[in-house]
Amino acid sequence: MNVLYFAWLRAKIGSASEDLTLPEAVVSVGDLIGWLKERSPGHAAAFADISCVRAAINQEFVDLDTIIPPGAEVAFFPPVTGG
Amino acid sequence: MAVRVQAERFDTGVEIEALVAGNFAIGGVTSFTGYVRDFSTESGVVAITLEHYPGMTERMLETIEAEARQRWDLEAALIIHRYGRMTVGEPIVLIVTASSHRQAAFESAEFLMDWLKTKAPFWKCEETKDGSEHWVDARESDDAAAARWGR
Repeated sequence: MNVLYFAWLRAKIGSASEDLTLPEAVVSVGDLIGWLKERSPGHAAAFADISCVRAAINQEFVDLDTIIPPGAEVAFFPPVTGG
Repeated sequence: MAVRVQAERFDTGVEIEALVAGNFAIGGVTSFTGYVRDFSTESGVVAITLEHYPGMTERMLETIEAEARQRWDLEAALIIHRYGRMTVGEPIVLIVTASSHRQAAFESAEFLMDWLKTKAPFWKCEETKDGSEHWVDARESDDAAAARWGR
């Protein structure tokens, strides 16, 4: 599964994307965050304050309790600041 | 109707002329051009870099534009949003709406800008005189502005 990171999440994690195989216990977006936090200190720092993190599945905004469909593209990023 | 996500500069006047050309049902046009400003004055911002989520950006802008067309009777609409590095004074974003009547043009332009601010996946990173960089925080006032349009 492809996970994308943008803005300061990308900077803290040190990578724009990762191709990952999720354990079966990871079902929702929230589960994925919990699992990603264990991967490195950078991941832990990026997800330290979940209130500052937004998520998208297949390029649509989703909540943390959303179930991740097979083969999904999941993205994590801060609240948007365009315009 | 058009949505463009590009690195290149745009010219607001040229874009408006092109959008309205030949459509004599248009009674008025509203445009909003957003510029890079030095908004943390004490630190002295010299440039910003706009990062975005290619694919999702276009999709969200098209969704927002379709919503505006559903809510107002528009003859034409255009959204241009740039990405990449821009220096202070450069244009970042352009919204143009055209309608038979002014109210639809005014209101829909404001709506497009409010929704874009909270729904389009762009992130600003400021670059200051001393060479440091920092990511701009989202503003609660933008959420409030978007919320007044409902869903």
